[in-house]
Amino acid sequence: MSDQSTNSIAFVASGDIPQSPPPALEAGAVKWMRENLFSSIPNSILTLVALALIYKIGMNTIPWIANGVWNTKSLAECRDVLDGTVAGCFSVLTERWNQLLYGFKYPSDQYWRPNLALVLMLFAAAPVLFFDLPRKLLTFTAVYPFLAFWLIWGGPVITPIVALLGCAAAAWVFNKYGKANFALGFFGGIVAALIVWKITGFAIPESTDGTWLQAVASRDLGGFMLNLMLGVTCVSLSVPLGIALALGRQSSMPLIKGICVVFIEFIRGVPLITLLFVASVMLSYFFPPDATVDLFLRVVIMITMFSAAYIAEVIRGGLAALPKGQYEAADSLGLDYAQAMRLIILPQALKISIPGIVNVAVGLFKDTTLVSVISMFDLVGMIRGPILAATEWNGVYWELLGFAAVLFFIVCYGISQYSQWLERRLATDHR
Amino acid sequence: MTIMTDPPNSGFRLSQLFSDTRYRSMTFQVIAFIALLLMFAYLGNNLINNLRAAGLNISYSFLGERAGYDLNQSLVPYDSESTHARAAIAGLLNTLLVAILSCVSATILGVTAGVLRLSNNWLVSKLMAVYVEIFRNIPVLIWLIIISTIVASSMPLPRAFRGEDATASMIFDAVAFTNRGVYIPKPLLEHGIFASASANWLLVLVVLGVSLFASTRVGRWANAQQEATGDRPQTLWINLGIFVVPFAVLMLIMGLTWDYPYLKGFNFTGGTQIGRPLIALWFALSIYTGAFIAENVRAGIQAVSKGQSEAAAALGLRQGRVMKLVILPQALRIIVPPLISQFLNITKNSSLAIAVGYADITATLGGITLNQTGRAIECVLLLMLFYLTASLMISGAMNLYNASIKLKER
Amino acid sequence: MKNSVFFGAMAFAGLAAGAASAGTLDDVKARGELNCGVATGLVGFAAPNAEGEWEGFDVSICRAVAAAVLGDATKVQFVPTTGKTRFTALASGEIDMLARNTTWTFSRDVDLKFDFIGVNYYDGQGFMVPKELGVSSAKELDGATVCVQTGTTTELNLADFFRINGISYEPVPVETNAESQQQYAAGTCDVLTTDASGLAASRTVFADPTAHVILPEIISKEPLGPLVRHGDNEWGDVVRWTLNALVAAEELGVTSANAEEMAAGTSNPEINRLLGSDGSLGAMLGVSDDWAKNAILAVGNYGEVFEANIGEETQIGLSRGLNAQWTDGGLMYSPPFR
Repeated sequence: MSDQSTNSIAFVASGDIPQSPPPALEAGAVKWMRENLFSSIPNSILTLVALALIYKIGMNTIPWIANGVWNTKSLAECRDVLDGTVAGCFSVLTERWNQLLYGFKYPSDQYWRPNLALVLMLFAAAPVLFFDLPRKLLTFTAVYPFLAFWLIWGGPVITPIVALLGCAAAAWVFNKYGKANFALGFFGGIVAALIVWKITGFAIPESTDGTWLQAVASRDLGGFMLNLMLGVTCVSLSVPLGIALALGRQSSMPLIKGICVVFIEFIRGVPLITLLFVASVMLSYFFPPDATVDLFLRVVIMITMFSAAYIAEVIRGGLAALPKGQYEAADSLGLDYAQAMRLIILPQALKISIPGIVNVAVGLFKDTTLVSVISMFDLVGMIRGPILAATEWNGVYWELLGFAAVLFFIVCYGISQYSQWLERRLATDHR
Repeated sequence: MTIMTDPPNSGFRLSQLFSDTRYRSMTFQVIAFIALLLMFAYLGNNLINNLRAAGLNISYSFLGERAGYDLNQSLVPYDSESTHARAAIAGLLNTLLVAILSCVSATILGVTAGVLRLSNNWLVSKLMAVYVEIFRNIPVLIWLIIISTIVASSMPLPRAFRGEDATASMIFDAVAFTNRGVYIPKPLLEHGIFASASANWLLVLVVLGVSLFASTRVGRWANAQQEATGDRPQTLWINLGIFVVPFAVLMLIMGLTWDYPYLKGFNFTGGTQIGRPLIALWFALSIYTGAFIAENVRAGIQAVSKGQSEAAAALGLRQGRVMKLVILPQALRIIVPPLISQFLNITKNSSLAIAVGYADITATLGGITLNQTGRAIECVLLLMLFYLTASLMISGAMNLYNASIKLKER
Repeated sequence: MKNSVFFGAMAFAGLAAGAASAGTLDDVKARGELNCGVATGLVGFAAPNAEGEWEGFDVSICRAVAAAVLGDATKVQFVPTTGKTRFTALASGEIDMLARNTTWTFSRDVDLKFDFIGVNYYDGQGFMVPKELGVSSAKELDGATVCVQTGTTTELNLADFFRINGISYEPVPVETNAESQQQYAAGTCDVLTTDASGLAASRTVFADPTAHVILPEIISKEPLGPLVRHGDNEWGDVVRWTLNALVAAEELGVTSANAEEMAAGTSNPEINRLLGSDGSLGAMLGVSDDWAKNAILAVGNYGEVFEANIGEETQIGLSRGLNAQWTDGGLMYSPPFR
């Protein structure tokens, strides 16, 4: 067959024609540019405008950063060094580095304490953030708050130990009785903790002198450390509160539901700044006359309530997204409310809500800068207060504001990247 | 097998309050109610004791007293002789003004950025991604200060306009950009029909409203014609006439003139001043919230199934019209709910106005009045009440809108 | 029950500051520390230095009171307050005394229920403008943009001044002194107004202080003084007489250098009573007998405090003026220690 055909036809290709290179317009960088940058006339205009914008911004900022001065003692000296060239005086950052990060009152020989607390926090947060890690690590997470409290505030080591003992007793009681009867376990746990605190409380010495770690008043906290502490403390405190509020809002008991709805809508309806005013000018009137509660604690209370309301709404979304069948299935297994929530509903609802919670956390962390308005010296407060008021650095804005912006960007972008990773990861389970 | 029935009636035991589902929820509610009452009683008791110890009382009579301070912007007549209540109202209107302006511009900016982020122009979409990420991840307070500093330092001082070697000049001798704000000509009605200026402007608004109503009627008539005959009558000229003719006649009768700003002493006088604080706050809130809205818009557009745009393309619609006629209307349903909360955020974030020196309600009632009278509790309560009312009203209005564009399922 | 629950939680958190009810003096002694409210940053009056130590004229008053009550000038917890938070902080007991260049006015004394215990600086409100504007009098400021700190008497005086003179202005409200300096330096306002002492302090931080002039008009009386809560007279007496002791010490020639030596006994009975070598004024006040000596040793007499923080030798360069001793034609006049 094949022989015949070869003979009868005058010419046949014995191989493929060698491939000719694609037209110049359809290859390489040119093609990419034509498709992605200049595909149509409006697109080309947009591209040119964008290029002009980038060029303008770049021409203004790059020399400013590149020629920056990093090692002078004051703005006047820096201006002398620059001698008329336009560039940044970044020496304010190097000179006030510790103040920006720790505030101006934290004892400088104790900086290792917040640093260590931060490093340990990464370890404590890891098992919460990444599910693949062994669950045993959660023990450290549970101990961490007490450790961090002691590291940052110092004072007698017995204080956090007493606190830890109380919480451990509560956890033990809850584990023992909570499985059978949630309410009994819950309230029993609280009572147990109170008893332990009452008994061991006398061990806490009155004076804070001569302790292993020098005691630091919470007024002395400041700088970026204060932002981080407020953010971490308030988010971690507000998650349980938010869960309780979300469940309360879903409750069939009208009174409980009413309380939760009013609380959530009230908090979400007012700006955080008014709540901070409450903390700074009003809240002290609501405490007993013979106690003054630290401003830090008052602010933590208000920010926790604020973020709890938002987290509650996120979790409510998660609860609503669960198919009704899950609730019915739990009921049909004969589980009571607490068991159904703990074993069936909440694990799934929380999983759906984690990205939302992380978003709230990022927003909350950014909002911690508002405490500068009520004369707390967080990062922004340090910049607007002591540093810009100082004779040496009056008039340095861009360097300081830029630094603050970069610091917040790194942390918040990092968290939102984590949130996106988590979203992708959780999404695979549904396919 | 027995059928489950109610437990035999063997008298009421106390433990049933917790174990029996019939009573349990009642028990919990009673406990919660008592706890709530106790908490309020405790807090109220502390408050009364503390106030008594400090010799203070709760009284709102300070609102009727002379405020004694001046504001740099007020939509109602206000000077230092006015009362604290009037200062609070001036601040309230300023809050609403900046919130409304920012909501409009943030929506425009956000929708543009969100659409451009999905553009097939690589550079533009990357640029928009950078914009969104930068603004979403840096606190709004820092942005406020930065943008306020940019506004203050990028525009010339008023004295730069003066003298022979002026380094700045007015645009068309009518508009001046200075670091104190933007000065634009102010329209004046020379011989108005009514005595008061605001009544005259009200008349102008009424006339415009009537024109708008007429033009919608024309639109409806045109729609009816199109459905009946298939041809849409040309309505552009009719509409133009409806709007322009009565307006122009009215302006002619009332004698429209322009009050141009001019340099006098330290600053420009005359015309309308859009102050630097307003500009800074407005820009900052718009750009910041625009980034969030852009993300919502992007998510909304991406949630519309790809088949929709393919189907629209198969019908021969061009890209722009696919977006406008097919994608955006569907995406809107997903975008509106998060948009509502962004509007609420704008209103709430506008409370940071004092950082740029804008006289909003937090700066007047919650700032200066609070400082001058020392009535902290009263001022903060009033402040919260205002924001709560505003938030509820915004979410109420937007929810109505949301209900009206929702997919009607029958 | 509820109360104790709450307190258990608070005390265990270790954050509840000391609690007592008797009186501020006892509270301070029990706590071993004085909580003193100061400004958030006004060079010369109260500002943290590069090491984070608070220093300034107002700060010295706090230190003197701490030295008098506790015998140690370092036992002070400085609480920075803004115009908004200062009065609540004092009323709610967060601070024991407020030394934050606060003007003594009727309504603050009577309506807000505070006790001004004296005047440590007689001030008046002034204006500062860039020299290049060529303004020589505040009456020429028609149409100017004025940076003013909110929540101060300054704001009200400003409104009154312009109203009385029939000229207009545009206020730029700012929260802190540092911010008003920035706004003024950036040119967003033509005029900076605050107490004359504050203007002098602000002028020193500008790149070229000579480019700014302080206008001659002083438009108000601003008697600045420390204040305490109304109704706690024992504590008020301690603060009042500590301030008086500093003023009297200058009049009597007692300085931080010679106080120790004079405390051994001098021929002047008033010095002896002041320094505690004769009589027991301290015991009447409820503090140790060497209270005044401690205060003077810690910060110096009034004149020394003035010269060290805001006097002509410092960069702020204020002259004594009204704040000279009455013997030198000023208003500083301490009642006798008798």
